[in-house]
Amino acid sequence: MSELLRERALVLMRAPGSFALAALPTLLAVCSALAMFSLFLLAQDVSPLEALRLMFKGAFGSSFAWANSLQRAAPLMLTALCVALPARAGLVVIGGEGALALGGLAAGSVAVMAPSLAVKAAVPLMVLMGALIGGLWIAFAGMLRQWRGVNETIGSLLLSYLGIALFNHLVEGALRDPASLNKPSTLPLPESWMVGAMPGLEVHWGFAFGAAACVLAWIFLRWSVPGFALNVVGGNVNVARLVGLPVDRLVIGACFAGGAAAGIAGAFEVAAVQGSANASLLSGYGYAGILVAFAARQNPLAVIVCAVLVGGIGASGSLLQRRLGLPDAATLVLQGLIFANLLAWEALQGRLANWQLRLSSLGARDV
Amino acid sequence: MSRALALEVIAAGKSFGAFRALDEVSLRVKPGSVHALLGENGAGKSTLVKGLIGYQSLDQGQVMVDGREVEIAHPRAAQKLGIGMVYQHFTVAPGLSVAENLLLATGKLPLHIRWGRVRAELSAFMDGAPFKLALDAPVSGLSAGEKQKLEILKQLYLQQRLLILDEPTSVLTVQEADEVLGLLRDMAHRGEISVLMITHKFGEVLAYADEVTVLRRGRLVAQAPVAEATHDKLARWIMGEPEAGESAEALLDDAATRRLPRAPGSREARLEVDRLSVLDDRGLPRVHEVSLAVHGGELVGLAGIAGNGQRELIEALSGQRSVLGGAIRVDGLPYAATRAQMRERRVFSLPEEPLYRGCVGKLSVAENIALRNFDQAPIRRLGGLVSYRAIRAQAQARIAAFKVRPPLPQRAMASLSGGNVQRAVLARELSEPVNVLIAANPVFGLDFRAVADIHARLLAARNAGAAVLVASDDLDELLQLADRLLVIRNGRIVYEVDAASADRAVIGGHMAAGH
Repeated sequence: MSELLRERALVLMRAPGSFALAALPTLLAVCSALAMFSLFLLAQDVSPLEALRLMFKGAFGSSFAWANSLQRAAPLMLTALCVALPARAGLVVIGGEGALALGGLAAGSVAVMAPSLAVKAAVPLMVLMGALIGGLWIAFAGMLRQWRGVNETIGSLLLSYLGIALFNHLVEGALRDPASLNKPSTLPLPESWMVGAMPGLEVHWGFAFGAAACVLAWIFLRWSVPGFALNVVGGNVNVARLVGLPVDRLVIGACFAGGAAAGIAGAFEVAAVQGSANASLLSGYGYAGILVAFAARQNPLAVIVCAVLVGGIGASGSLLQRRLGLPDAATLVLQGLIFANLLAWEALQGRLANWQLRLSSLGARDV
Repeated sequence: MSRALALEVIAAGKSFGAFRALDEVSLRVKPGSVHALLGENGAGKSTLVKGLIGYQSLDQGQVMVDGREVEIAHPRAAQKLGIGMVYQHFTVAPGLSVAENLLLATGKLPLHIRWGRVRAELSAFMDGAPFKLALDAPVSGLSAGEKQKLEILKQLYLQQRLLILDEPTSVLTVQEADEVLGLLRDMAHRGEISVLMITHKFGEVLAYADEVTVLRRGRLVAQAPVAEATHDKLARWIMGEPEAGESAEALLDDAATRRLPRAPGSREARLEVDRLSVLDDRGLPRVHEVSLAVHGGELVGLAGIAGNGQRELIEALSGQRSVLGGAIRVDGLPYAATRAQMRERRVFSLPEEPLYRGCVGKLSVAENIALRNFDQAPIRRLGGLVSYRAIRAQAQARIAAFKVRPPLPQRAMASLSGGNVQRAVLARELSEPVNVLIAANPVFGLDFRAVADIHARLLAARNAGAAVLVASDDLDELLQLADRLLVIRNGRIVYEVDAASADRAVIGGHMAAGH
């Protein structure tokens, strides 16, 4: 009997209407994380309702709040792709922070190497450099996995530390602008290079770029021939080899694409926000991207929504700080709780399908 | 007084769906004896033993311990009765010491271990044990033979009175095997324990067992004192005699499947393997310089006891495992199992355990059927996008042709039954003209109808001129299908024979290790 249910569940999971079912673990995780966060707030003598109201206000309560949230969502979408694209091949890559740092550094160094470039060439070149360096960094984690048997999760994390160290070393050393005294930075970008806001919005073009990348990634994974092949590799690598798919190339390629996305995130942070590569780049977008990708259950379209939500949580931090005297890190506590709850609810995915079937069969009996 | 346990099994039976794994098997292990349990893979040995140890209860039959009927519903019940099992693979904790492993085996650890008392108890036990191990030795430093001894010591420490050993010597050297089995036999003959031992090695049976029981396809074939058994007799029992009413031709009484004499012009070698060496999962050489050739219109059977390198060889030929040395040629040209070469030279594979090795469970049946050609027109459309409509259309046609049930292309592959998973894989691999076909245990675990259907497809491919290589743990299957048989043992081809002049006892002798 349970076997039969499981079979029907497997069919249902693939049905077009299964979107709600796919989103359910994320919704449940957010709810339970909010409940735990409320306890955390109560322990500090803060009213949870007041705090949550303020958080919503700080994230989406005004056009300024929206702009802040979307501004933060822009790099999050791209660093989430750094997790979601390799995930399609069955990898868990968590080294987006390093790829973002090096991508930003590559973009910033364009201003150092070729300060006289025309803006039309400079911005694409910065984005391209960011993509190339970020992509190579994560592709290296893929190569270590495919060719040397190094676990990609650990490999990418260690490479991320290495990337951050390299970033700091160069920003504080060879690439440092001597004029940057308190905050070591690369040479500031010429004013004309800065990527501006989208018309009518206070959000820079990086947001549109990130959203477009997510849509393209979704189309690629869902409809393209290499996307199909990647699905096979992630589903059963033995079978991918059996039908002669170039497994190594596909896996490393997916890593490159993911790393390129994170590198572009770094490039936009430099070209649209910071104006130079400096330590402000390392504010955790790479790690928060892991949360976004898991909340989106590795679906690039869902990444857009989840990135805005997580961006909103980050944006609400300053309001909590000002009004309730909570430390800025309070939003990090909420992010951590959401992540832990996501992992817990993920484990229930199979059972949820079963419960739904039981409910529907009960309903059928009543008729 | 004898501590050894008397075991009697009466008419045990067990089914998995329509598959009868164990059918009316009776068995008697006399107290203080060593009893050998023989049979091919899938003969029902494990099913029987799992029932005795309480891992998977039997559907029918009785188990009597010391003359009283008992029910063994779970492993703890077996342990209480004094039945202990030593598995083929070690179940020791390598990071702990011998003493800690022995204590762990008792299954009840107090919050605070009084090591003084426990050590005194363990040294007293070790003094009386048949083999000695240093109590403080870390298990990770023990040799395979010592680990096996520790496994047995664990059971003795639990005061088990019947030891069930599953291929206890497969990890031991000849000397270690002799020592361990000799000591166990002596203990049994002193009346301290009884032993039921699963093995593939005839030498061990003849040297150490008192009685032998042979199973074949879930049925009892023979039970006899070892004094009456010979090497030949054991082989004959295990492989079975062809019975009058059950000849290969009768099983395949379909015009399409009947063997045709090979056309004289089709003798060129299609698949050639030249001194091929392959590593196993642990990185140890498992296939040693194997050479073989399969010709057009020929079906070659690769026989061998599981674990002798056939899996690694087949995986290397079908592109799932990298090659250490040697060469593979298809149609006389070097072959590296790339997608382009597979397509160009029409090389196809039927891997064993098709759900896990032959398809992607979470993808649909239609997508699985398209795995060979999703990057070709008409599925690949302009701009490099995949047409799911074309995938579906192709699946509908092939599902009908290969009778996949249920005929729903959108079903997840993992939701199909075993026979239908294999049919779906066949629909993918055999819908286009085949030049070379590599198959491993193609009908393992399938019911009779699916078996006949799949065998017919293999023969049809051969009759259409393909070079077919089939590896199987079931010698009967190969004798029924193959034109020529190869025997692999310890990663080497040790015997080759024309199917027409094949003698199953001789083949069995070559398959069994150590002879």
